Amino acid sequence: MELYSKGHRACAGCAEPIAVRAVLNEAGPNTIGVVCTGCLEVVSTGWPETAWEIPLIHAAFENAASVASGVEVALRKLGKKDTNVIAFGGDGGTFDIGFQAVSGMLERGHNVKYICLDNEAYMNTGIQRCSSTPYGASTTTSPAGKYSIGENRPKKPIAAICASHDIPYTATATVAYIEDLRKKVRTALETEGPSFIHVLVPCPTGWRYPSDKTIEISRLAVETGIFVLWELKGSDFNNIKITKKIRNRKPVTEYLKTQGRFRHLFKPEIKQDVIDRIQKEVDEKCKRFGVDL
Amino acid sequence: MVKVTLGAVNKIAGSSKNYKTGDWRTLKPVIDLEKCKKCWACYKYCPEGCIEKTEKGPIVDYDFCKGCGICANECPFKAIEMIMEER
Amino acid sequence: MTKLTIRGNMATALGAKLCRPDVIPAYPITPSTLFPEKISEYIADGELDAEMIRVESEHSAMSACIGASAAGARVCTASASQGIALMSEMLFIAAGMRLPIVMAVGNRALSAPINIWCDHQDTISQRDTGWLQFYAEKNQEGLDLMIIAFKVCEDKRVLLPAMVGIDAFVLTHTIEAVDVPDQKLVDEFLPKYEPELRLDPEKPMTFGSFGTPEFYQEFKYMQTEAMEKAREVIDEVFAEFKKKFGREYRKITPYKCEDADVIILTMGSMSGTARAAVNKMREEGKKVGCCKLTVYRPFPAKEIVELTKNAKVVAVLDRDISPGFGGALYGEVSAAFVNEEKHPFITNYIIGLGGRDILIKDFEWIYERSMDVIKKGRVEKPVQWVNLNEEVL
Repeated sequence: MELYSKGHRACAGCAEPIAVRAVLNEAGPNTIGVVCTGCLEVVSTGWPETAWEIPLIHAAFENAASVASGVEVALRKLGKKDTNVIAFGGDGGTFDIGFQAVSGMLERGHNVKYICLDNEAYMNTGIQRCSSTPYGASTTTSPAGKYSIGENRPKKPIAAICASHDIPYTATATVAYIEDLRKKVRTALETEGPSFIHVLVPCPTGWRYPSDKTIEISRLAVETGIFVLWELKGSDFNNIKITKKIRNRKPVTEYLKTQGRFRHLFKPEIKQDVIDRIQKEVDEKCKRFGVDL
Repeated sequence: MVKVTLGAVNKIAGSSKNYKTGDWRTLKPVIDLEKCKKCWACYKYCPEGCIEKTEKGPIVDYDFCKGCGICANECPFKAIEMIMEER
Repeated sequence: MTKLTIRGNMATALGAKLCRPDVIPAYPITPSTLFPEKISEYIADGELDAEMIRVESEHSAMSACIGASAAGARVCTASASQGIALMSEMLFIAAGMRLPIVMAVGNRALSAPINIWCDHQDTISQRDTGWLQFYAEKNQEGLDLMIIAFKVCEDKRVLLPAMVGIDAFVLTHTIEAVDVPDQKLVDEFLPKYEPELRLDPEKPMTFGSFGTPEFYQEFKYMQTEAMEKAREVIDEVFAEFKKKFGREYRKITPYKCEDADVIILTMGSMSGTARAAVNKMREEGKKVGCCKLTVYRPFPAKEIVELTKNAKVVAVLDRDISPGFGGALYGEVSAAFVNEEKHPFITNYIIGLGGRDILIKDFEWIYERSMDVIKKGRVEKPVQWVNLNEEVL
């Protein structure tokens, strides 16, 4: 049985339900979900209906991790240790406003699996910039314009920051690689203590592309090296495991040109310096982590 | 008329199924079961979870399919075609 | 029953301990810090079978309270001042989600300027959150009200969270003699917490849903009705408490008000000083009485009207201020009387902000001002500040 059921109001082609379905199908019904305010919550919990077939609690925007901490401790005290506690946070509720709560939860070592569904902006409120927004992307609060290239700050390395808390398991995943995501969820569930899985979820509405390209774009993010799939136990980055190494890594333009939020880098004229900078950072990152085969 | 619940709790799990998102779509996926090799990519990638795995192959629940086209775009065997819906 | 001489924080911590909470997420803040310290000691020494979550902020403390309570645990915490202000968003949410969380508050002033001493602004500023509010006059009351609060909150007719206020330093850090009830009696008085609605994979439900304009108003009405129901539940619990433990609590407790021309309304520790002042003034033949509010939410409008309707002046003391209006208690007492045919003059005294001591002479000053009102037959200045240092202004 699908634990995140049909009838939810996500946009056609939204990657969040693809990820949530995979996570919950892996976790099974003995799971309590905690979700913070964002697209996922709003499309699935409109009273009196709910898309969730597992018990779920939503409290506020910045505290999926703290609410999950409370749930996990209560379950432990009431003798229900076997129930999974999975917290779903958007990039807004994880990178920015929820950063404190996530850090606190990880530091205290709660047995909570935190899944960050990252669509790289505050999508639910209309595509505003977040610290997860990549360099060069146009959002409604960092729009491309005559004097602006869009977002002018690099993406906050959230998974690395979480791994630096020396937690038992950190990983990155994306919807194009469902088996990889499921395997990582399985590892997280079987590892005692906090886990953090950073899932890139393309958004047709916010990234501006036709709805059928979601998986294709998610795959391109990995194939261009923009999003690296890795996992790590503890905080020693020497032990990082790249779970998808790339043969013949594609140039970043292959990824950028598919999305309207990067359109200003190509039209009316090509902003080569921005594209070069993006390519350079990707090249350095792939070299550092040994992504290329 | 549904009565309000204590603390606005949604008591019926999966009750979102009362809302048929099928009327959102303009294009609809049609699966050629001859070409289908049951790799289940369509099932995995469907955001609605409205593709059912059956003995015969994948069956789309058109009450809920939003017509996003991901299944057609991803099918490795080109077994799914998006066609304009007749209404 | 044990007799101990303890600080107010210790009293609320003991009160909480006797209620056998399951999960206590807490963050330290002056003057409530001793509460989480004591709780951690009890847990560390095996005296309390509970889990403490040493959260990283008060907002997370209340968030964790909400998660734990929804999962079916009995939950309590403590905070004050800036912490209460920080968790304000979550206070509304806890009440809206109908979770019976109990919080001990060391009533402390709000910044700016930063001040760690006693006033009621922190809890008063949260009076719209939907939490029940109790105010203790003594450490004994702090302890007892924790137990009473749990029983009221967990009643199926209520299911709302509650705050128990104890004045910063005056109560939190001052040692008083306290009767500590026996655990066995408390267990009989307060049975195990067994919520009907909770996060349970056997019966999956969604908590904290998205409420559209079609339904939101009815949810709020339902929540408000529960607060109204709490009025009778509080009376029942007070009566049961008296029977079990021998101490009487009332929503409002009058003192020498029967023939009083001037009645002074108080909340918190100043109520004890008020009684001493009334005694002194009565010896001088002055017809004055005082009345303390133990329950502020739900607001005991009916009881206050009944008590004070025949007085000539009601002097409402507020240890808080809403700039541009006056004190909160004053506003609510005035509203209680506004549709009555006959009512006393209602006057407001802003007193004791930021920990300024409240003295007997302050009450004498208030009595004199009240007599002026009676002589003149009108209120010239409804809101006055007590013991204001004109020299530094």
